[in-house]
Amino acid sequence: MAMKQSTGKRIGVTVLAWVVAFLIFFPILWTFITSFKSELDAIAMPPKFLFFNWTLENYFAVQERSNYLKFAYNSIVLSIGANVFGLLIAVPAAWSMAFAPGKRTKDLLMWMLSTKMMPAVGALVPIYLLFRDLHLLDSLFGVGVVLLLINLPLLIWMLYTYFKEIPVDILEAARMDGASLLNEILYVLTPMAVPGIASTMLLAVILSWNEAFWTLNLTTSNAAPLPAFIASYSAPEGFFWAKLSAASTLAIAPILILGWFSQKQLVRGLTFGAVK
Amino acid sequence: MKVLVKGLLGAGAFAGFALPAYAETTLTIGTVNNDNMITMQKLTDDFTKANPDIKLNWVTLEENVLRQKVTTDIATKGGQFDVLTIGTYEAPIWAKKGWLVPLDKLGADYDVDDLLPAIRAGLSYDGKLYAAPFYGESSFIMYRKDLMEKAGLTMPDKPTWEFIRQAADKMTDKAAGVYGICLRGKPGWGENMAFLSATANSFGARWFDEKWEPQFNSPEWKNTLDFYVSLMKADGPPGASSNGFNENLALFSDGKCGMWIDATVAGGFVTNPAKSKVADKVGFALAPDAGLGKRGNWLWSWALAVPAGSNKVDAAEKFIAWATSKHYLDYVASKNGWADVPPGTRTSLYKNPDYLKAAPFAQMTLDSINSADPTHPTVKPVPYTGVQFVAIPEFQGIGEDVGQDFSAALAGSMTVDAALAKAQASTEAAMKKAGYIK
Repeated sequence: MAMKQSTGKRIGVTVLAWVVAFLIFFPILWTFITSFKSELDAIAMPPKFLFFNWTLENYFAVQERSNYLKFAYNSIVLSIGANVFGLLIAVPAAWSMAFAPGKRTKDLLMWMLSTKMMPAVGALVPIYLLFRDLHLLDSLFGVGVVLLLINLPLLIWMLYTYFKEIPVDILEAARMDGASLLNEILYVLTPMAVPGIASTMLLAVILSWNEAFWTLNLTTSNAAPLPAFIASYSAPEGFFWAKLSAASTLAIAPILILGWFSQKQLVRGLTFGAVK
Repeated sequence: MKVLVKGLLGAGAFAGFALPAYAETTLTIGTVNNDNMITMQKLTDDFTKANPDIKLNWVTLEENVLRQKVTTDIATKGGQFDVLTIGTYEAPIWAKKGWLVPLDKLGADYDVDDLLPAIRAGLSYDGKLYAAPFYGESSFIMYRKDLMEKAGLTMPDKPTWEFIRQAADKMTDKAAGVYGICLRGKPGWGENMAFLSATANSFGARWFDEKWEPQFNSPEWKNTLDFYVSLMKADGPPGASSNGFNENLALFSDGKCGMWIDATVAGGFVTNPAKSKVADKVGFALAPDAGLGKRGNWLWSWALAVPAGSNKVDAAEKFIAWATSKHYLDYVASKNGWADVPPGTRTSLYKNPDYLKAAPFAQMTLDSINSADPTHPTVKPVPYTGVQFVAIPEFQGIGEDVGQDFSAALAGSMTVDAALAKAQASTEAAMKKAGYIK
């Protein structure tokens, strides 16, 4: 539904959108620029924006010191692995809540969300002890399970709201045609909900990628993902801004590229069902 | 069903990543991201060549992240690390709890008596060494010689706080963006409280009396905080309540501070032309006093320790003996030059003319370390050890709370009296809860 707008207003809105986008993007841009500065330029006051000696020395230093690919590999395996398995649990769970709700479904949904309300550190010692006894410390499997459990409420909630938008009549029609429950979910529901599932998955992958509490505390070296890589470039005593910026740029690059390419899906998924 | 089977197969593949890469002689070393540690990581060939059966696996983390991780691991006996990097705060507490292995197999040529006595005392418990110092530091005054000259003053080797106030007043030129003094204000037991506890010692204050009663209601603490807040308001940089070591390092290196009182390790940064605009204009002096016999300097050391229950004690001690040896200092010097050698651990280093020539702050660092006494940190007697901290497990929490109050006093959102009253109340409550007082 296009509305008639004056040119002036359109320009105004466009400029405003660009300004807001720039403000949101600025910290990332600043990190990127700082990663090409010397440590002395990085702390200069007033800050140097573009006119300084651009250098790649920070990237070389980071490369020399840490095995970036190993950290990145762990991050990819953890964030994608944990959430693929999460979806396997979340899709049936969301289906049952959306299409076969019981008396207590709403309470169940609230209860699941309530698990996100406790500060994570409160559960650190019990989980650490469990992991120690099960020999899961510093293993991708262990951290993957924790990430899966952290994201599960979010996955189920988001899928539940998407599924609610799908007319139950279509599913009933499939049943009339003799589709089994599994076929109904797999061949009728899922294809219709692909944008929703994709955006849920993307959001969950981004959250797992950035998760820094459990990944830092439950891993040491074998399973350490990119947050541990970044944490090794900050220090209470010393110059590190430029090197930290280089490490941060490297750490966010894969997820930024993924987000870039899936932008269309993400926006479509997030606004899915917003207009009835 | 197909999905379920696929899922189970996938789960199996996922679990496959869980198999740990395990070799008996791999030492996992948890350490902080400080320059001297990074240098060590680059130079380990010297160790692994002599010990081909030992592999080293480094886990480098930011100090606070490392502290949290290592504390969780050692308290739960998680066994993730074979060698830990800990400070003078943790060493005596963890040793008392039986969490550390006493280091008595460092070898005949280790020369444990060469370690600086103050540093050794800070890392020992019951007369036994529980962590071997990798580097040690105290705090001192760094000042701009050119600005001091312009102000018509000469920095004495052993200045008083009153002199610091006068000099700061004269050096401050806010129009030109130069502030007479830069001090820590960022809240935290290792941030502003490190500086303020050490400063309070020189003003005759103490954290607790002999019966563990908190002393923030004493006139000495009031003098300390009044002096600090008024000095910083008159001559400190704007937003000082969020400045820690790094922020002040950036300000000083950029030429914005006349004086800066902080860790001796900063001496290497501010005199390095690649990192500092004022490298050739920096002078050093001992931390100030108030004429009461104690100076406001602290004592810290990063040291290597072995967690109790480790099954790789021999290999771990072998590594520690190498990393904290005289040989290692010589090896760093041969590779990177004497200025890069980790300071503050061995007496012999400060008798080495090559080192004294390469590090202009060396003598002042040694004098500062020697003048700190962790077993008698204050003018009046105290039941605790530690100069800028109190070596009890509860101190981290208490120090964080009091740090918030004092930072608020500096920011002006609380008066000095209100901050002291709040600090007294919260510390009393914490000490009662912990059972030190009734």
